[in-house]
Amino acid sequence: MSGSTLQGTGIGRGIAVGPVLRMPDPLPEPDETPSALTPDAEKERARASLAATAAIIRHRGERAGGSAKDVLEAQAFMAEDPTLIDDVGERIDTGKTAERAVFEAFAAFRELLLSMGGYMGERATDLDDVSQRVVAHLRGVAAPGVPDPEHPFVLVARDLAPADTALLDLSKVLALVTSDGGPTSHTAILAREKSIVAVVGVADALGLADGTEIVVDASTGVVTVSPSDEERDAAVARAAELKAARNAATGPGTLADGTLVPLLANLGSADGAADALEKGAEGVGLFRTEFLFLDSTSAPTVEEQKTQYVRLLHAFAGKKVVVRALDAGADKPLSFLNDAPEENPALGLRGLRALRANEPILRDQLAALAAADAQTDADLWVMAPMVSTVEETRYFTALAREAGLKTAGVMVEVPSSALLADRILADADFASIGTNDLTQYTLAADRLLGSVASFQDPWHPAVLKLVGEVGKAGQATGKPVGICGEAAADPLLAVVLVGLGATTLSMSPSALADVRAELSRFTREDARRFAELALSANSAVEARAAVTSAAATTE
Amino acid sequence: MSGDKEKNMAERTVEIASKHGLHARPATLFTQTVAKSGVPVQISKASGRTVNAASILGVISLGIEHGDTVTLVSEDPASDALLDELAALLASDLDAE
Repeated sequence: MSGSTLQGTGIGRGIAVGPVLRMPDPLPEPDETPSALTPDAEKERARASLAATAAIIRHRGERAGGSAKDVLEAQAFMAEDPTLIDDVGERIDTGKTAERAVFEAFAAFRELLLSMGGYMGERATDLDDVSQRVVAHLRGVAAPGVPDPEHPFVLVARDLAPADTALLDLSKVLALVTSDGGPTSHTAILAREKSIVAVVGVADALGLADGTEIVVDASTGVVTVSPSDEERDAAVARAAELKAARNAATGPGTLADGTLVPLLANLGSADGAADALEKGAEGVGLFRTEFLFLDSTSAPTVEEQKTQYVRLLHAFAGKKVVVRALDAGADKPLSFLNDAPEENPALGLRGLRALRANEPILRDQLAALAAADAQTDADLWVMAPMVSTVEETRYFTALAREAGLKTAGVMVEVPSSALLADRILADADFASIGTNDLTQYTLAADRLLGSVASFQDPWHPAVLKLVGEVGKAGQATGKPVGICGEAAADPLLAVVLVGLGATTLSMSPSALADVRAELSRFTREDARRFAELALSANSAVEARAAVTSAAATTE
Repeated sequence: MSGDKEKNMAERTVEIASKHGLHARPATLFTQTVAKSGVPVQISKASGRTVNAASILGVISLGIEHGDTVTLVSEDPASDALLDELAALLASDLDAE
């Protein structure tokens, strides 16, 4: 397929050239041929491979560290599970090979876990991975999973799971190409977070052979197979240009006409502060406070919280820091806030609703923030998560002001808040739009549910229209409107959001450079024109395409 | 598993405090505590099967719910402290952690 091209959806604007490395295919199911060995010999083979696999997995966990270590440690325990080993033995006693017995025993437990749903259901995938590794070990073939060669490569896969990417050595990955998955797949999110060139949803990607050189152009979504010398040189030159533009775009976020658009960081703990500052964050647009609570059986004390807030505010002295009050519920339940089972947790007692039902926890958090503010020099703003009414806005801002906090705002994540943003901003000092939840609620698609993942696209004109409502209200009232969702990290969409009236953008720190470079290419007029184009589209795909093509002919 | 009582057998009977029973994280925590100790411990639900307490898959298969009474048994003479630890674990709300 020399010189041929494949089309997918590009994530970001990067371009890369390199050799293909395919994610290994899953092993075929071991067949049911009876064993030629004695049961004892087969049991010994199974025992040795299970133990060896557990040791390898544990070793990988130690190498990976962090949260991957816990996931892999749990997988190692699965390979060593005494009940599983007994089950494998019983299957071998009926004349099966070790391969077949291992495969069947894991499959049986997989069914058991799946039938239990929830957390255990999610572990079923881990069990598959362990099963594949043990069978590969028994056969003496390479274990499936993320390749780890010595040279840089373009990873081609069906789609990447979090377990895969936790182990990916990103310094060797030139680009990602997937056959499945859309712009909101895990692969796309990873690519945006880590600034990796990626094209997702390339239908024929799995036809690419290992070692084939390809050009991956995220700005057009085109993958060029076996490029000509000219094509390769052009791609290398473009990559160098982009890198230069990214390095050149330093300092505050600014449009081409000089309009300032402060670029802020999303942080989940004070640990990320130094990295965010190094990447040019002009402050913090979303500080998530859940980490203080997730590992506790009860809420932390005012003093414990204050210590953490002081650390954060110290790091950002002289800069703006927006702290979000505890956002529990739906995907991050906290039993001391709400332990009632809910049919639809995303529509349940979560966000500010859960805090209001536990007002002492909210009061403590605001008191801790006010105390930390008094000791430090950052410009502290606080906001409430998932506010859906004007009345809730008044409730939160009154409590915050009573605690002595001078700037109190709300997150706009629910369509009702976006539609009444003028009334909400009459009271709140600012609004911050959480595009992930706003998209989920606007399109009525659970963002944690894979089967409706294709609806979760912030380019959807209905979502953008709501953002525009908040933008207009911000302009009318003279109050700031920030964006702190996934959408702000998509460079071109960031320009559209500014066109819709966003005054600041907050994102994971690694996305800052690309967004900064993109903003510097366009004027406020361009941004408004792009916003109009996106709003008049029929779908997310059309909106993205229309703005992409308009952007290519601007400048 | 044989249920024969022996003279050195240590035993604890506990009511499960975790709201969602012995599934998910509580089960992981419990079985890993047993596995790391290296001491053989069996667990059974009242009138139910007995399984190896170090086995997450075995423990899950018992379908232990909140309020169920389980029995921990070990024939290891040095198991007393471990059984106390495990009993305390099961008597606390592990889901909250």
